[in-house]
Amino acid sequence: MAAESENKTNVIIVGGGPAGLSAATVLARAGFEPIVIERGTFSGSKNVFGGAIYSESVKELFPDFELTAPLERNNIEHKFAILGEDDSTVISYRKKPQNSVSYSVMRGKFDRWMAEQAQKEGAILVEETVVRELITENNKVIGVRTELEDYYANIVILADGVNSLLAKQIGLRKDIEPKDAAVSVKEVLKLDKQLINERFLLNDDEGCIYELFGGSMLGKLGLGFIYTNKDSISIGLGITLDELNGTGIKPYELLEKIKEHPTIAPLIEGGEVIEYSAHLIPEGGYKKIPQLYDNGVMVVGDAAMLVNNMHWEGTNLAMLSGKIAAETAIIALTKKDFSKKFLSKYKKNLEKTFIMKDLYAYRNLMDIMHDKRKIFMDIYFKKINAFFEMFTSVNGVPKRELYRKYIWEFIKDRGFFGIISDGFAVLKLLWSVLVK
Amino acid sequence: MNIDKNLSTLKYTPDTVSHLTPNPNDCKICKNRPCVNACPAGVYEWIESEGRLLVKYENCLECGACRILCEKKSLKWEYPKGTKGVMFKRG
Repeated sequence: MAAESENKTNVIIVGGGPAGLSAATVLARAGFEPIVIERGTFSGSKNVFGGAIYSESVKELFPDFELTAPLERNNIEHKFAILGEDDSTVISYRKKPQNSVSYSVMRGKFDRWMAEQAQKEGAILVEETVVRELITENNKVIGVRTELEDYYANIVILADGVNSLLAKQIGLRKDIEPKDAAVSVKEVLKLDKQLINERFLLNDDEGCIYELFGGSMLGKLGLGFIYTNKDSISIGLGITLDELNGTGIKPYELLEKIKEHPTIAPLIEGGEVIEYSAHLIPEGGYKKIPQLYDNGVMVVGDAAMLVNNMHWEGTNLAMLSGKIAAETAIIALTKKDFSKKFLSKYKKNLEKTFIMKDLYAYRNLMDIMHDKRKIFMDIYFKKINAFFEMFTSVNGVPKRELYRKYIWEFIKDRGFFGIISDGFAVLKLLWSVLVK
Repeated sequence: MNIDKNLSTLKYTPDTVSHLTPNPNDCKICKNRPCVNACPAGVYEWIESEGRLLVKYENCLECGACRILCEKKSLKWEYPKGTKGVMFKRG
């Protein structure tokens, strides 16, 4: 073990993903030479998402990122497909924005690019190194223990991802419950660029996102997705872990089934799997955010449960939380105060942003969805499709009869009081989102 | 789906020792063994005749689903060493 004084630095960041690298960039720009410890061979090599990165959040750190970052396609269309057993209803919003909203990217390339930017600013990246535990002294985090060496720092920023064993080690959070995380599986399918353009109605650099509701996950708390890349398609789904306990359902079988859905199959036909991957998504929301700081330590990104699953936001919250933690660290380093009390500014500043405001607004979402998933994500999805099936049918039956039959079956299938109870659940959710 | 075919798209650098260590006694009495079907890489297999959990740790995608689902909370789950495990080129 090296002596504490030899191996001591200002800030150690555990995890070289979007949260950690954002923190590193901000600290490096302020001249503090942070050390980022990444367990993968390179940044991104252990990371997976849908996915698209949000331009606004990347711009906050790298205003000219569009010139050098490895971007796939600029998303101009967002489609919401409600899949029944063999039919679907799709709502789509399409607009080529003046300024890009999001780009599809490959994390293996994008995170690596971010790491290079952070290094250019002066951050030190240590790869292929796992932090096994935090070193504490008198209720204070004073460093990290890796497989090989101990490193000491005034501040440790935990950006170690959804599993954050380190936040758990020092009691900042309890273990995640199965209902508060989803496992996501994804395939990248190689497909000719021209074919992608034709199937998704795109020009070369334009992208399209599909959110898939129902299908193989009817009645289950899970969602699927498709993202278009330059010459490949990413298709995957996330399903809450408690759906998998004692049910015999395997996540990759759900993916296989959704790929066979008649609405999806033609989009991906001929696509050859060039990469399979899986990852956890933190879904506990506001109520499960861990303690975000303690003496000498702050928690950012997925490790802090900062994911807004209603709006598919995660990497942007990671980047911004990393930035805010770094800004707090800079003041702390200037004042040489690394106490819990001082670092509480990180949480206070986070609360001023949309991050905590949004997570708070949706705090009841997952509880309601857990209660009502078999209704909202099965009966109602099917009823939406049944409505359009009825509405588009031409079968010689008078329309009044068709409408009445539809309404009668709706009431019969859900029950009059059930519908009222569902209405109240929606109102409760809307109230917490819109009012307080 | 052929999970093995999908896993063959990935680059692995397996360690010689497992980073996943279930408690054999707990596995015997575990009711649902959720790790078996929840694992996106099919790492776990219950061998009824031998009464033990087979762990193909070298296929692990390091997601952590098994750790969270472990009913007895007795699965020792660690990240593989820094140079080991799965590598996602795309992710």
